[in-house]
Order: sequence, then structure tokens, then C-alpha cells
Amino acid sequence: MELNVGPNQFFWSADRWTKFYNDLTSTPVNRVVLGELVCSKRLPFYQDRIPEAVSTLIEAGKEVALTSLALITLKRERKQTAELAEMGVEVEINDLTTLPHLPKGAKLSVGPLVNVYNEGTLAWLASQGVKRICLPPELPLASVRTLAFAGADLGVAIETWGHGRLPLAISGRCYHARLHKRTKDNCQFACEVDPDGLDVTTLEGQPFLAMNGVQTLSDTYATAVHQIDTLREAGVSALRLSPQSNGFIELCKLYRQVLDKDISGAAAIKTLTRLDDNVRLSDGFLTGNRGVDWSGDQAQPTLRV
Amino acid sequence: MVMEIVCPAGTPAALRAAVKAGAHTVYCGFNDETNARNFPGLNFDRQEMREGIAFAHAHGSKVLIAINTFPRAGNEAIWHRAVADAESCHVDAVILADLGLLDYAARNHPGLRRHLSVQAAAANADVINFYAQTFDVKRVVLPRVLSVQEIAAINAETEVETEVFVFGGLCVMAEGRCSLSSYATGLSPNMNGVCSPANHVEYREDKGVLDARLGGYTIHRVGQNEPAPYPTLCKGCFGASNKSGHLFEDPVSLNAEQLIPQLQKAGVTALKIEGRQRSRSYVAQVVRNFRGAVDALEAGRPMPEGMLTRLSEGQAMTTGAYKKTWR
Repeated sequence: MELNVGPNQFFWSADRWTKFYNDLTSTPVNRVVLGELVCSKRLPFYQDRIPEAVSTLIEAGKEVALTSLALITLKRERKQTAELAEMGVEVEINDLTTLPHLPKGAKLSVGPLVNVYNEGTLAWLASQGVKRICLPPELPLASVRTLAFAGADLGVAIETWGHGRLPLAISGRCYHARLHKRTKDNCQFACEVDPDGLDVTTLEGQPFLAMNGVQTLSDTYATAVHQIDTLREAGVSALRLSPQSNGFIELCKLYRQVLDKDISGAAAIKTLTRLDDNVRLSDGFLTGNRGVDWSGDQAQPTLRV
Repeated sequence: MVMEIVCPAGTPAALRAAVKAGAHTVYCGFNDETNARNFPGLNFDRQEMREGIAFAHAHGSKVLIAINTFPRAGNEAIWHRAVADAESCHVDAVILADLGLLDYAARNHPGLRRHLSVQAAAANADVINFYAQTFDVKRVVLPRVLSVQEIAAINAETEVETEVFVFGGLCVMAEGRCSLSSYATGLSPNMNGVCSPANHVEYREDKGVLDARLGGYTIHRVGQNEPAPYPTLCKGCFGASNKSGHLFEDPVSLNAEQLIPQLQKAGVTALKIEGRQRSRSYVAQVVRNFRGAVDALEAGRPMPEGMLTRLSEGQAMTTGAYKKTWR
């Protein structure tokens, strides 16, 4: 099973960004998707660093793809999308707008923000030349299994969410800007101080969500590290780790150890909580009742109806 | 041409009320998980659908059927059957969101007119034209994240008809791309046709303070005698960075009544009213009002003003993204 890195969802300084991708060269990951997923206003801050990061990663033996934006509305964003196709690197589609811009016969992959919920959609995407799909994290195991089976027939590799705060929603409105009583056009990059998103709590102070500009994420870090055997048996061929500002190299190594059966999933969970004793984990979308649910021993809010 | 009023009907009675009140078009869904308002006691069985469509056609109105959830892997047949049944009920168009289902409908029911649901979140002319070329989509329901200017720019670049929401519930997230509800409750618009479902809502009163909880999370709190809005997740009250409040959106509903002239200038074909879960009297009143507004506009009369405020159930009204206040 492959271990892949998804696009960074947050706004990092160009130096942090560069260091992150340099560091990835020495990690046991197979594939890296980079570029701007969430907000087109962030891209100019590190855009000129992308070509070098791409070649550095390729030289280190990593497969590389560039992500599209998750929500494309403005003319500038449509132009950025058209330009993606011209960079000569595989593109991961995270908004369907990208598809018609890509040259026929290009190697295509689809990211978790495109709604692939069933075999019909998978087959249609395969007919367009898509060779890899990272499924939406919302999908339960039964759907993952059905889609991995269908993908195998069509030559489409199926990847699932492995680790990270879950992308739950994307909007035309910037919530970081709204928090500071600013509009999106005048956001003054309020999101840059939160390299892993800004914690959002309930009225009782319970951790719940994370704000990341126009994106809303889960508070919990969804993990599949203890379900790797189940996913492998279901036909999943790759796991996706979502970049975070701290401990990411250790995370890559940990997941690789589990993939290689050097340590157990249960042991890996213990290590995860040791790496960050504040981390709250979830696995509910895959195997629980609700996305936030966790099959381990952490306390989660319960439904009292 | 007069702008088309597209109104919701959750029941056969609401459909008849909407038609009688002057709706050009009514949209509804089958009573199962194939539509995004899959609420108990709502929607149409096959017989009711056939009769409702016949009634609408006899009165000169059209009917659209929303089959706009994303088919569950391994169970696509339920959605395929809904498309086939819609055609045999002589519906005027189906409203679809899922790529696989669009492909299925285009191949197996080429004569059945296809609209693109708001759940597909098609937010620019490139992707709208792509849907038109690939699946022969004739109309797109635009997501509620666009300004009037952006809508005008889209219409300048596409032949596809556009339909926009003008009244009722307001999604602040790109529709069809939000799993907040399933994160907290297990049920989502995409997979189950529900958002922030009522059976996961709990109210608790303590010392004159009323807490509203969704999936165990307290997301709204009001004092005695204050209106208690329904705890829809994105309109809840939260805390972040030592601030608290409605961090995503206030508990408001959409009313773009006064923007109808601008929307017409922007090239919009149809105005959509949200609310298949609403009563027939509500639907009839909203339809009468909007029909009056577009007829006045067409005849060059001044627009009637602010008739709908009391229908918003004590909620504040907003023009959402249309007035560009988000940007």
C-alpha cells in the first residue's frame, strides 16, 4: 500500500512551505500532491517556489501532482486553473472545473473534494482518463469497499483519508476575515497565524471544528492507522496524510511502520497520542455512526435524545 | 420574458396550492433518499407524483423532480429507478447533481430534460458549459455563494439557463460539498438528503436559559422569551480566539425579493424558492408575492415591497452573497 501526502490546506509562510517539502524528500512517502487547495489569494506568496519543490521531490523519487483549487468562482481562479495544466505535472482535480482545461490523454487524478460516491461516477471519471481517486472522507467502509472493487476493474487506484483534520466544508465567505469583521477581499490574511486552523468550540467550550479561511475542518484528526488491514483487505491501494505544521515527518514514519507491519495499529495510536497529548482522534466516517466518533477510548460528546 | 417562479412542494396539497397561486413551475421529490429534503411525512409516492404532474399540466404549470442526492455505492438502482419513474410520470425535467447519475440519465433517458442541481455546486461558466456539453444540461441552479455581478458574468459566457435561490433557507457553504452535518450527526445532505436532522436536536432549559444541542453539541443558547432558532449547524453559535457568536452565519434566511430587477438584468431565467418542508399556506403566500413581483417588473410597475418579512418565522433576512457583502 502506498503512503501519500495530500495538499497543504493551510496558509504557511513561503519559508515554512519550502522547508516542509524539502523535509518530505527524506520521508518514506510515495507521492506528494502540492499547490493551493483552499484560497487563491494565498498562492502568490509561494507560487514561485513550486517548480523547485516539484523537481526536488521528483529527484528524491517521489511521484508529484499539483492540486486544483477546491472552489473556483473568480476569473483569476479560472485562469490559475487553466495555467495548472500547462505546468507539465499531473493535476489532482478538486473542483470539476479543472477537467475541461486538461489536455486529452493527460494523466489525471481526482481528490477528496470531488463527490465520488458511487460506481457510476467512478466509471464516468475513468472514461475521462482518471487513474486515481482519493475518496471523500465522508464515505463509510461499505462504500469504500464497493468503489475499490469497481476501481480495480477499471484500472483506477483508490486512495482514502489516512490522517489529518477533515475538510468538512468550503464557502464563498472567509470566516477568518468575518471573525475580524473584514470582508474576503480585505482579509489582511488573518488565517496566516493559524498554521493548523483556528480551533472552534461550542458554547460549552467543547472543541468541535477548525476554521481555515473559506474552509471549515474538523477539530479531530481523523486517523485510519489502526484500520490499515481492513482498508487493504477492502482493496484500497493508498493512504493520504494531510500536512500539519508539527511532527509530520514522525507521522510519515509511523504510518510507514504500520504499513510495513513493523508495529501494530494499536501501538501506532499510542504513539500518536504521545507525539501530541492534546490530539483528539476520530474514525467515525469510516466505521462509526458520526464522523466525529472514535472507536478508541477517548471521550466524545454523546447524543442524548 | 417574464422570469419563471420555481416553487417548492413537499406534499400534493402544497403542489396544488402553488399551482393555484400562480407558480410557473413546481419542484418536488420522491418520498425516499433520492432527494435532498428526505424528511418524514414529506414528498410524493409514484401515484401522487403522476397525479400532481397531471394537475399542474392541466393548469399550465410545469413540474421538476429533484433526484439530487449522491447515489450510495452498491445501491444506484434506487436512483436509476427514480429517473425512469420521473420520465414515465411525464415530468418536465429532473434536477440532478451526481456525475454518474447525469451520465446514466443522458444515456438511458436522452429525451428527459436535465437540470443541474445546486448540490453540484457549479460556480463558474467553464464548469457549467462542461456539464452542458457532456450531459446536455439545459439549466443550472447556481450555488448561493455568488454575487449578482458574478452571476451576470456567468450568464454572459453560457447559453445554459440559470436559476437562482431568492427566498428561504440559506446555505453559506458550497452546497453538495458540506459534511458538517454528518460529522456531528451521521446524516448529511449528500448521502441522506438531510442537514442537521430534527431527531438529533435536543432542547434543554435550565434557570431560564434554553440550550439547543445538535448531536450532543450545544450550538445555541437563548434567554427566556427570546426566539429560539432551529440549530442548523452552520448558523450555530460558537467560540474562537476569545470571541463568540455566529462565526459562520447568523440565523438568517434569504430574501432577495428586492434584487429581482438586478437578477433579471444579470440574465437569470428562473427564481427559486426554498422550502419543500413548508406548509401549503406558506408556499401559496410566497408564490403569490413573487409572482406579483415578476409580473410587476414585466409590466414596468414598481415592485411591491417587503411583504414576506413575517413569513421568516422571526428570523432576520439577508441577501446572502448576492450583494457582494461577503467579498
